[in-house]
Amino acid sequence: MSEPGGMSPIVRIVTRWLLGFVLVFGFAVALFGHLTPGGGFAGGVVITCGFVLATLAFGAKTGPAAWFGRLASTLDAVGALAFLALALLGYAAGHFLAQWAGRDPEPFRLTSAPSLVLLNLAILLKVGAGLFAGFLAVAAFGRAAEDVGTDEFSDAGAPQGPEPEGREA
Amino acid sequence: MVDLVPLFVAIPLAAAFLCLLLKRFGDRVCGAITLLGILAVLGLSLTAIAVGTDAVNMAGGYGVTMRDGRPFVAGIAIVLDGLARLFLLVVAVVGTAVVVYGFRYLERSTGRALYHVLLNLVFAGMTGAVLAGDVFNLFVFVEIASIASYALVAFGTGDREVEASFKYLLLGSIASLAILIGIAVLYAAGGFLNMADIAVAVREGRLGGAALLGASALFLFGFGLKAAMMPFHAWLPDAHPSAPAPISAVLSGLLIKTTGIYALVRVFFTILGPDPRVQTLLLVLGCVSMGAGVLLALGQDDLKRLLAYHSVSQMGFVLVGLGTGSALGVTAALFHAANHALFKSALFLSSGSLERMTGTRNLSEMGGLARRAPWTAAGTIGAALSISGIPPFNGFWSKLLILIALFSAGLPWAGTIAALTALLTLASFVKVQRKALFGALPERLAHVRDVPASMHVPVLVLSALCLLTFVLWPLGLGDVVQGAAATAQSADGQPPAIDSYLRLVLGRP
Repeated sequence: MSEPGGMSPIVRIVTRWLLGFVLVFGFAVALFGHLTPGGGFAGGVVITCGFVLATLAFGAKTGPAAWFGRLASTLDAVGALAFLALALLGYAAGHFLAQWAGRDPEPFRLTSAPSLVLLNLAILLKVGAGLFAGFLAVAAFGRAAEDVGTDEFSDAGAPQGPEPEGREA
Repeated sequence: MVDLVPLFVAIPLAAAFLCLLLKRFGDRVCGAITLLGILAVLGLSLTAIAVGTDAVNMAGGYGVTMRDGRPFVAGIAIVLDGLARLFLLVVAVVGTAVVVYGFRYLERSTGRALYHVLLNLVFAGMTGAVLAGDVFNLFVFVEIASIASYALVAFGTGDREVEASFKYLLLGSIASLAILIGIAVLYAAGGFLNMADIAVAVREGRLGGAALLGASALFLFGFGLKAAMMPFHAWLPDAHPSAPAPISAVLSGLLIKTTGIYALVRVFFTILGPDPRVQTLLLVLGCVSMGAGVLLALGQDDLKRLLAYHSVSQMGFVLVGLGTGSALGVTAALFHAANHALFKSALFLSSGSLERMTGTRNLSEMGGLARRAPWTAAGTIGAALSISGIPPFNGFWSKLLILIALFSAGLPWAGTIAALTALLTLASFVKVQRKALFGALPERLAHVRDVPASMHVPVLVLSALCLLTFVLWPLGLGDVVQGAAATAQSADGQPPAIDSYLRLVLGRP
């Protein structure tokens, strides 16, 4: 394993340069999802990859895991509920998931279908936060298996199962 | 009503993520959300039955004009027909009982908020699978329900639970992969995912040959594994007993039906059309499941494992009913699936109550509990009489119909196996009652008290529904079951009623 601060300076500097591009690319893939190939899911995966890269480079204590890890599961739920709320808003325009604002997407016009843009952003949030929480849970699980008791991600989706039940009587 | 159909999926999904968001406010909030969600689904499914009309909802529907000038709506088809109404009702009734039972049962466990999240996801997956109008969404919803159930099986986090969950995960994933490859084969050969479009292509002979045969084999394996059909049943006797009792009830009562039996009916009757080769396989594998399942159950001492083997055996009854291919056989099979959901979930819930009272699941360490816990015992006995096929409980009627269907279809060998299985089931449950509820009360259990009302009332309600099925049948239940069977298979000699499904979805005669 690496030192607690993450990987070597070369990796960290290259990651610092790359991270902005990765995040902007992921965001763009989601934002233009209704016009070009891609969408919220693909964009969310790209953004998660950026966070995973930063976590590997900077380590768990200084990377995004430190300032974002605890929020991941909340953001995941917010993304899902936002998508559902937007889908239910479709009832205002007639039926479930209907476009309640704007017209059909027109090529090169980002604002032509705002309801689709919002749906893609909700998916971006859900997928990005959900995958990152999953990554942190797996990482925490692996470390907990290595070194029981030093699991600092316990709030970010690490197993919180009950004590073995049925034997308390 | 048409517009409200997506709410069957949206409500449990919303409940799941609200629970996740609000989990820091405690599990009481999550429990209330879950209960409100499943009650809303129950209300919706009763409304759907009262309204009684079939409906197609194109979620995200987007009107386009085809090259030949035909208007066409592209979207995710959500189809509410007779078959869906029956399964939605069963999911809602059993789901409500399970949610109420779970409150007190899990009061000593940690992670209750996550239990509610996962339970709601299972509900959303099941209602979505039942309503999906294209094969890919069927797969997606089956996966939502399955993946949430893998986690729920490991809820106890003990070694045995994790091992059972891992086994379930591996076998379930292989089945899902087979289903996905089957869908890919169909899509590559036909170019459709919509069930109605595939059905038309099969009927007009545009889709057939090796692609259809390969896809059929993959679907039979994949959905057969989810339905615990005999050569693919190995995960069930580990997975179902390892989960907490309410989850066992959902897995055995609902999940193997919605992701297994329902999907088999939808795929092999509605989409691919009745095929004698598939029906013969269903008959043979159903007979093997019935017979071997009950023989394995007879030797069990662990109550929940015994119940799990009986699930394999009872699913065999459903499969042979489907295997006859006759209208009576399909009606009987679907009726038995619904009945099994009621009595098997009641039995799993009461096994949880007995386990909580005595601290053991081994029948040999129980005894005489009917005196100490009369309400739990009454519910257990009712459900046990139902599964044993004692009149006038519901298990008797559906097993009788299956036997009549088998003999009238000229399959006396299958009918004989079914009758023998019913007899052995009775023997097995006589053993359960003798060892757990009657007989001498061991010294150790002399002071056990019955479980709280919120735990025995759901069991009693489910058992009462089992007893009163013959009253409810003429009051509308019969129409629901027969309506479900009619969407899968019409009366003998008539052209398949799948045409009504096609008319419904494609909107043309």
